[in-house]
Amino acid sequence: MTAYIIRRFLYAIPILIGVNIITFLLFFVVNTPDDMARMHLGQKRVTEQAIEKWKHERGYDKPVLWDSQAEGKNKITNTIFYQNSVRLFLFDFGRSDNGRDISYDISQRMWPSLSISLPGLFLGLFAYITFGLTLSFFRASYLDIWGVVICVMMMSISGLFYIIGGQFIIGKVLHLVPISGYDTGLDSIKFIVLPVLIGLVGGIGSSTRWYRTIFLEEMGKDYVRTARAKGLSEQMVMYRHVLRNGLIPILTGVVVILPLLFMGSLITESFFSIPGLGSYTIDAISSQDFAIVRSMVFLGSVLYIIGLLLTDISYTLVDPRVRLQ
Amino acid sequence: MQIIHRIFILATTILISACSDSPLNNPYPVEEDNKNIYYDTFSERPKHLDPALSYSSNEYVFLGQIYEPPLQYHFLKRPYQLIPLTATEMPVPVYQDNNGNVIDEESPSEKISKVIYRITIKPGVLYQPHPALATGKTDEYIYHTLEKNDLKGVHVLADFKETGTRVLTAADYVYQIKRMAHPKIHSPIAGLMSQYILGLTELSKQLAEEYKNAQTDEASYIDLRKYDFEGARTIDDTTFEIVLKEKYPQFLYWLSMSFFSPMPWEADVFYSQAGMSDRNITLDWYPIGTGPFMLSENNPNLRMVLEKNPNFRGETFPIEGEKNDAALGLLEDAGKAMPFVDKAIFSLEKESIPTWNKFLQGYYDTSGIVSDSFDQAVQLNAQGEADLTEEMKEKGITLLTAVMTSTFYTGFNMRDEIVGGESERAMKLRQAIAIAVDFEEFISIFANGRGLPSQGPVPPGIFGHQAGEAGINPYVYDWVGGKAKRKSIDVAKSLMIEAGYPDGRHVETGKGLVLYLDSPAAGPGSKANFDWLRKQFNKLGITLVIRATDYNRFQGKMLKGTAQIYQWGWNADYPDPENFMFLLYGPNAKFEINGENASNYKNKEFDQLFGQMKNMGNGDARQLIIDRMVEIVRRDSPWLWGYHPVAFSLHHSWYKNAKPNLMANNKLKYKRIDPVSRKAQRKKWNPPVWGPVILILIVLCLSIIPAIRYHKRRERSAAL
Amino acid sequence: MMPVIFITDGLIFLLLMMVFSFVWYARGQEHLRAPWRTVARSPMAMGSAVILFFYLLIGIMDSIHFHPQLENVNNEEQQYSTKILSLLDVTVTHLREQDEKTFSAPFAAHAYSKETIEVSDGSTLREYPRLNYGGAHLSDPDQGKTIDIILKSVVGVIIGLIVWCFVSSVIVFTSKCRTSLSFMGVVHSMLKKNNDIPWKVIHLTIGVVIVSLTVLLYLSNYYHIFGTDKVGQDVFYQSLKSVRTGLVIGTLTTLVMLPFAILMGLMAGYFRGWIDDVIQYLYTTLSSIPGVLLIAAAILMSQVYMDNHMDDSIGLAQRADIRLLILCLILGVTSWTGLCRMLRGEAMKLREMDYVQAAQAFGVSQFRIILRHLLPNVMHIVMISIVLDFSGLVLAEAVLSYINIGVDPSMHSWGNMINSARLEMAREPIVWWSLAAAFVFMFMLVLAANLFADAVRDAFDPRIRGA
Repeated sequence: MTAYIIRRFLYAIPILIGVNIITFLLFFVVNTPDDMARMHLGQKRVTEQAIEKWKHERGYDKPVLWDSQAEGKNKITNTIFYQNSVRLFLFDFGRSDNGRDISYDISQRMWPSLSISLPGLFLGLFAYITFGLTLSFFRASYLDIWGVVICVMMMSISGLFYIIGGQFIIGKVLHLVPISGYDTGLDSIKFIVLPVLIGLVGGIGSSTRWYRTIFLEEMGKDYVRTARAKGLSEQMVMYRHVLRNGLIPILTGVVVILPLLFMGSLITESFFSIPGLGSYTIDAISSQDFAIVRSMVFLGSVLYIIGLLLTDISYTLVDPRVRLQ
Repeated sequence: MQIIHRIFILATTILISACSDSPLNNPYPVEEDNKNIYYDTFSERPKHLDPALSYSSNEYVFLGQIYEPPLQYHFLKRPYQLIPLTATEMPVPVYQDNNGNVIDEESPSEKISKVIYRITIKPGVLYQPHPALATGKTDEYIYHTLEKNDLKGVHVLADFKETGTRVLTAADYVYQIKRMAHPKIHSPIAGLMSQYILGLTELSKQLAEEYKNAQTDEASYIDLRKYDFEGARTIDDTTFEIVLKEKYPQFLYWLSMSFFSPMPWEADVFYSQAGMSDRNITLDWYPIGTGPFMLSENNPNLRMVLEKNPNFRGETFPIEGEKNDAALGLLEDAGKAMPFVDKAIFSLEKESIPTWNKFLQGYYDTSGIVSDSFDQAVQLNAQGEADLTEEMKEKGITLLTAVMTSTFYTGFNMRDEIVGGESERAMKLRQAIAIAVDFEEFISIFANGRGLPSQGPVPPGIFGHQAGEAGINPYVYDWVGGKAKRKSIDVAKSLMIEAGYPDGRHVETGKGLVLYLDSPAAGPGSKANFDWLRKQFNKLGITLVIRATDYNRFQGKMLKGTAQIYQWGWNADYPDPENFMFLLYGPNAKFEINGENASNYKNKEFDQLFGQMKNMGNGDARQLIIDRMVEIVRRDSPWLWGYHPVAFSLHHSWYKNAKPNLMANNKLKYKRIDPVSRKAQRKKWNPPVWGPVILILIVLCLSIIPAIRYHKRRERSAAL
Repeated sequence: MMPVIFITDGLIFLLLMMVFSFVWYARGQEHLRAPWRTVARSPMAMGSAVILFFYLLIGIMDSIHFHPQLENVNNEEQQYSTKILSLLDVTVTHLREQDEKTFSAPFAAHAYSKETIEVSDGSTLREYPRLNYGGAHLSDPDQGKTIDIILKSVVGVIIGLIVWCFVSSVIVFTSKCRTSLSFMGVVHSMLKKNNDIPWKVIHLTIGVVIVSLTVLLYLSNYYHIFGTDKVGQDVFYQSLKSVRTGLVIGTLTTLVMLPFAILMGLMAGYFRGWIDDVIQYLYTTLSSIPGVLLIAAAILMSQVYMDNHMDDSIGLAQRADIRLLILCLILGVTSWTGLCRMLRGEAMKLREMDYVQAAQAFGVSQFRIILRHLLPNVMHIVMISIVLDFSGLVLAEAVLSYINIGVDPSMHSWGNMINSARLEMAREPIVWWSLAAAFVFMFMLVLAANLFADAVRDAFDPRIRGA
């Protein structure tokens, strides 16, 4: 097991190098350092020296990939690529283009993101499994048929409509929660109710339908028939067997997104002005902060790879037949 | 378990807040309800909080309350008037010739070789409590020699437990002026000030030299006190002198801006220590000032909090104002000690809708009006004057309006082959377009009538602006029945024929004329704007193509002079026509020089008149020159003009002492809040509505009952 | 008229040709025909297909672009306007040109907000002014508007019914050619209950769509049926124009990623070894980059590229079109990995099959094996993923436009409509119509696509077919 995990981590390294190179190339074609400087220094009366200074402070005045003037290994290390990308592997994100310490910002902004995404995940799982199980329990009744129809309809509505509508009705008309904003500690609860609820409602369509299919598939299996034949009540069959075995594909499917919960949701966070990593990323994109976007790309990739690894491990845990090679 | 736990917490908080008398949708902690706190918003992270660097109005919202330059604008009086802030009296310039003899102010400018401003500051002004000023038992600064280890666990300034203060000295002002020359800082006005302040250029060179030599590590600190500087000298503890190379009456305005705030050398030493900037502890992030407020929380992702400076000397509210001010209740607090609020919380709000709704719910004390919510707030009466709607009046909201001292214009690049140049053809074309683009319509659609179409570069409220018939732009408007009326489109069409583009098609080739607008704007709001512009050009048969790019590209294009038509705005630094006319001054061109003359307009006569006008005192002679200059640019039409926005702001009834002042940055200290009335109103406006929620729950429950029945029947039939 | 072909136009027609040739090919292949026959038997799927067909029709009409002719001034060479119009623009010229000044509600005769009007005697009045076009034919809108709308709708319905009858008879005639039945005989067999293909549903859906379209189009001559937006453009027109954008994103994205996904997936599964390693590395790397960030970077880059490398003669519409194409490309890059992984797994299974082994033993070239033996056997997976991806991509466009990394802001799209309408929610009275129109148009398309996709999946997925 340990050897397997280590091997998987080693396998992740070339992938992360690839990610790094792709993003580096993309962003340096997008934005020359001159442009970044002008963007960051503001609008009135920006001088050439100010731009040079800005570039120098951030090391953007170095050669991009190869310094032919330097000696020895400096030929590689004294470049923008080396100084900005390589240290990401040590999770040293450096400073953003506006001079802030990215690691510190990420560590601060992680919690608001988690406070939305974690309750969203758990409540969502709970609600969708309940709905999915209910629909499959009442299969082929009109509740099931209408339930599926409503699910398909809800799937067909853009997520933006849920957010716009929810914010408008609950926040403005019903006066039940603050429209937007965030606070720390227990005070945060009244702020996260609305985004969590909207996330929940927005996901009902696709998730309920998916879980229903999983449960129905499970119900078609032989052991369920046997259990029924043994005279177990339908409720017992559902709860004991179908739910338990249906949970395996559901939970292993969830594992892969677990680490990505840190990243937060781009749209929700910016709509509700929650200072999480999602809105951090959006801001960075709109202000073209190269360093932050690259750090977030790197972080996202690392978390995704961790998620894949966790999925593999969870498969072996729930199903001993799967052997790790 | 976790789910149950969460639900439990949720239920209890809802219960708790339902029992307390604070509305459910209150975004602030319940215990803040009765406090004397001012609530406002900000929409963008302030980029700089270092007074030598900051040059943007959204930063001044904070900086203006913290730093105190020697002068300030009078809060109530109009036209805008400068009064002393930390200075004891207004400085009077002394003019000297080559030999050091004092000469008359009216002497010809080539005779003047030195202008001396001597400023005396009030004694006993104290800095806010700050770790940089913290001293130990033996009066040594305890945080000035920190080792790497001392900084462990330090993330924010508040992690330094000890604070201290000291008396403001004249040397602090001199120190700050020297900082403009610091090679590491690059103050945006360093270039401009070097033209005027004696020896600033030399000091920059000297410092740059030193800096290059001393630059072993990033944190190297240059002790600016050691350098002799002719331009600014300390006379004694409370007096200093600034020496200019030439006559520059506008300099006094600069003395009211935060560039000329005092900076204690201790702060520079403190922030320059190794490891500080790695922790974001810099002067650009944590200001240190003598003003009425200090920045106690700097979290631009969420909120910025200004708290009362306990060491503030206690300035008093002005005792006189304009004629009407007493009647408007603006002098109720006259003579009382400021500031009135204990704390000001600025929350980050990027979206306009939540901001507006929270204002209506009473959670922000003041708000501007975005175009989208204008009709809800304001209606224009039969005379076309703005008035609040019934809904607003019921809430006791008041409206204030002020013509901004700024101008939004659409300009032609004078270097362009088609629209630029001095040829008769191009000039006629520009004039035709200026008539066709109907800014009255623009203002009514996009600004809800909150703007005045500009007649020239100088906005109302600034010396040189002419009102009435004398002030209209005769190339675009006629004076009809006591009003400026835009010339008809036929006039523009005949100008197009004269220019050689009948119906927008080239007279020889018959090809349609295509013009390009370069714009950095992208996004939902700009689409409507572009559509409208295209419609306007289409009136003349011209196809307008929008080249939308990001801000960087746009700047690059402007600098290279490859743009054709562009939109730009200018916000006055100080209330003087020079600050607007220089936008068209030839040597100030954008092309290659990166000046502010974005049209790269160049006219010999205009430039020569500008040189004359610049240093004159306001008076008839100056007005004459300005009139001539305005006439020149109206004819050449390097801009198709645009409009001067009118600012509308709304205030709740509990917000006192509101008067628009577009020049002053330190307005927070005048504001007063009535928290008791605020609390009552908030409760009244935000009754929770549970009905629909309960209804949905009931429907959900009901929907399952028939299904259960159906299921029972099925089971029964299976059992049979 | 001088035709202009945008790149996406070209690709759309290429796609159409591919679909037709695929249909031609599939006619002869029983294993492909059978599942489609199952799809054709589902009333839900056929109803959806009819709706999708109408969307497609609008999209195709909007993909035929040209410069309109200008009047000749003095016998010169024929000149063309610099404007670019599409067939759809010409069909609904009245919608395109009847601009108001600013907002107006659906079916309104008066503007949304009051304005100062100068009365003939020189005094001014604050009033809701009459619209230039909306309800302009009415002398007293307060009195006669409702009745007028009802009357006009009835006329619209009648026209619609006539058109419907015509269209349905054409369908009946074409099917009559294949059978020996008489006209009425075909009609009868179509109305029968136990029909193989749900003709009743098809005709009914066609009827509903045609009648509502004619009513809407007829009414839109006299009113702004979905109101107007901030600069007075008709919202109905915008919604119609947005159809093409949605379809292009939904289909071209799949088209551009398909060759890569299929080729790479099959190669990885078939060859194994280092080829497999390389391809796996490629798609794991790409899929581990958060998609939104990749899209943001690519869109920014394309903007820069266009600014630097394109001369100004390329118009705004073309630029917007290129940006749309790039968006499709980059969405394709982020979405091909899933399909690729599935195909790799399938190919790994297939290469162990007897007939593939046999082909190898006979020395058939590797490329031929992939083409002849592997590809046809994974077509069902490809098919399912195409239809399933479609609705997701249409929805993604709206979200991307919200963060300004979607289609060009000057292009009509539902995302842009929602984005700008969102800001109007704070108005009082609320400006809800842009949002509602975008909602309705998007919802119908995505719902139809989802229902159709369900039927296709049920028909093609062997797992469910077996069960």
